[in-house]
Amino acid sequence: MKRLATAFAIATVFALAAQAASAQTLKAVQDRAQLVCGANGVVGGFGAPDPQGNWTGFDVDYCRAIAAAIFNDPAKVKFVPLTAQNRFTALQSGEVDVLARNTTWTMSRDTTLGLDFAAVNFYDGQGFMVRKSLKVNSALELNDAAVCVQQGTTTELNLADYFRANNMSLKTVTFATADEAVKAYDSGRCDAYTTDSSQLYSERLRLSDPNAHIVLPEIISKEPLAPAVRQGDNAWEDLVRWTHMALVDAEELGVTQRNVDDMKKSNAPDVRRLLGVEGQFGQSLNLTNDWAYQIIKAVGNYGEIFERNVGQGSPLKIARGLNALWTKGGLQYGLPVR
Amino acid sequence: MLLFPVRSRQQWVNIALQAALVVVVCGLIYAAAVNASDNLAKAGIASGFRFWNNTAGFDISQTLIDYSSSTSTFGRAFWVGLLNTLLVASLGMVLATALGFTIGIARLSRNWLVSHLAGGYVELIRNVPLLLQILFWYNAVLKSLPDLRGSIVIAGGAFLNNRGLFLPQPLFGPNFRYVAGALVLGIVATPALRIWGRRRQERTGQPPRTLYYAFGLIVLLPLVVFLAAGAPLSFSFPEAARFNIRGGVEILPEFAALLVALTIYTAAFIAEVVRAGILAVAPGQTEAAQALGLRSGGTLRLVVVPQAMRVIVPPLTSQYLNLTKNSSLAVAIGYPDLVQVFAGSVLNITGQAVEVIAITMAVYLFLSLVTSLLMNLYGRRIAIAER
Repeated sequence: MKRLATAFAIATVFALAAQAASAQTLKAVQDRAQLVCGANGVVGGFGAPDPQGNWTGFDVDYCRAIAAAIFNDPAKVKFVPLTAQNRFTALQSGEVDVLARNTTWTMSRDTTLGLDFAAVNFYDGQGFMVRKSLKVNSALELNDAAVCVQQGTTTELNLADYFRANNMSLKTVTFATADEAVKAYDSGRCDAYTTDSSQLYSERLRLSDPNAHIVLPEIISKEPLAPAVRQGDNAWEDLVRWTHMALVDAEELGVTQRNVDDMKKSNAPDVRRLLGVEGQFGQSLNLTNDWAYQIIKAVGNYGEIFERNVGQGSPLKIARGLNALWTKGGLQYGLPVR
Repeated sequence: MLLFPVRSRQQWVNIALQAALVVVVCGLIYAAAVNASDNLAKAGIASGFRFWNNTAGFDISQTLIDYSSSTSTFGRAFWVGLLNTLLVASLGMVLATALGFTIGIARLSRNWLVSHLAGGYVELIRNVPLLLQILFWYNAVLKSLPDLRGSIVIAGGAFLNNRGLFLPQPLFGPNFRYVAGALVLGIVATPALRIWGRRRQERTGQPPRTLYYAFGLIVLLPLVVFLAAGAPLSFSFPEAARFNIRGGVEILPEFAALLVALTIYTAAFIAEVVRAGILAVAPGQTEAAQALGLRSGGTLRLVVVPQAMRVIVPPLTSQYLNLTKNSSLAVAIGYPDLVQVFAGSVLNITGQAVEVIAITMAVYLFLSLVTSLLMNLYGRRIAIAER
């Protein structure tokens, strides 16, 4: 037991606390009458408070969907802004119930952190942003460039891999938060800024002169973003996963926020099963049978969430691309509710 | 003849109680560690120190030893971060001490302007949080320097821009070790020279003019060896390339900003410590020194400060420890010190918060203990010997 002897008493807080009750998240949320959601706080379009202080964003709408499923009220959510450094610790320790913070689903995060990822809600990839004045058209021309990056993200690792694979030399400047990295890029400390390409579009809007910057065409990695929950609580994981599936299924079946009340009267069997008119699927999640109806009434279907926050209805104007439905050439595939 | 001191029953009881307390505390620590390990395993979180030998995969902007993102391990990243911390901390200690002593003595000057300027400096710097000062210097440094295209070219082949200060890198030829040897010889011989000079002064009364001899030993001797060995030194000059400057030695603006902020901040506190120490020396000493004909420089150097050092050393130790720990604020500006590299990047990538934070805390504890040990040894050496 040598390695135990070398673990220091700093772990006392973790150690002397009672074992985290693992399978109780839904009960704890219901007792508290509020869902606590780990969010970004900084990246517009995904999870940030607007100037009036109301949280808006793609991941924010996911949390509201979960709250609507549990409480029939999308407002019963508290958002906790987390940095890339403390996001996993906050989830592991129980400070938040679900982490919807544009987090990439990787093997090491799945296996070594005691977390599970519910479902990929956004297929993204890493890209680069540079100044137009550098006259660079491709990431392969960035040999010897200084690149600003946020610490502790898959971005940092992919950047080193990409430059090494293409025999380019690299100078990284790492910062603890995306804010500082963007500010340093804006001030000219580095030539390029790299992060998930959806965030690049969002961050570009915050620069002092958005039109002076371009996003390079290369996508150098796979970044499947997924909400994360603690391991060991299968009921809660099912709930979060099937919230996502309900959103995608609703778009496949043509159920929108506006027509969901009319769709309840539909004769199509899969619509009836989804909206709870038939079957006991809500009860199997320990929710009411109209769980999916509440979700869609509160936030709309997947396509509506996408367009409203990051798509054509938002300043980011990101195309559906990989996030289109499987029937339209994308990767979003709703598992059947039956 | 007894081999161990006779102890009364009460003393044995005391020893037994203290031993029992030690056992209980160690037992609690062990139980806490076992409990933590069990809880981590139950939650499915990886634990243990196996991550040390895994490939790091990320890049570090300033590495004093060889480091590559593809082959170096997390353990190597730890050493890189630690060396960066030690670099900033040791340079900071030296510079802050020099500046602090100057400001502290200046504050006691009879010149109204000098003493009030020093006082204003101390009051201003002490009362602004260090993090704000670091951010100020970083942003001031960055904003004021030109960008790459407009680099300031300094005579001798150095570039200055907002990516850093690029100096020519010295490349040592094969015979340079003789020069290095001569330099080491000169440095080692200097204290011996000083002791010889002092002994001669005690015997004959002649003032020890060892400064000239020391100069000869440390500067002229290596220079002579250098020329004799055929000047085995060339430089690799930095050149402006498309995105960056290639070649040369790079000094990061993050490093400069952190060092400047730490030096200025700690110097303000050291100035007050020095002032307290000097005021603690009895005024009779100064009067006696002046009666002997010493001017103010000599009084300070030979009479007052050596006595003040006894009072200065303990709080000065605290300031050194503060400086070492404050260097962890580097994380705010992206300087790759231990906390930024290890407790930031490595912690995030491996997810093993407990082990990483424990190691980081242990390292800072070790550095602090070593510093205070050395300072206490020095303090004991200069303490007043009671008769």
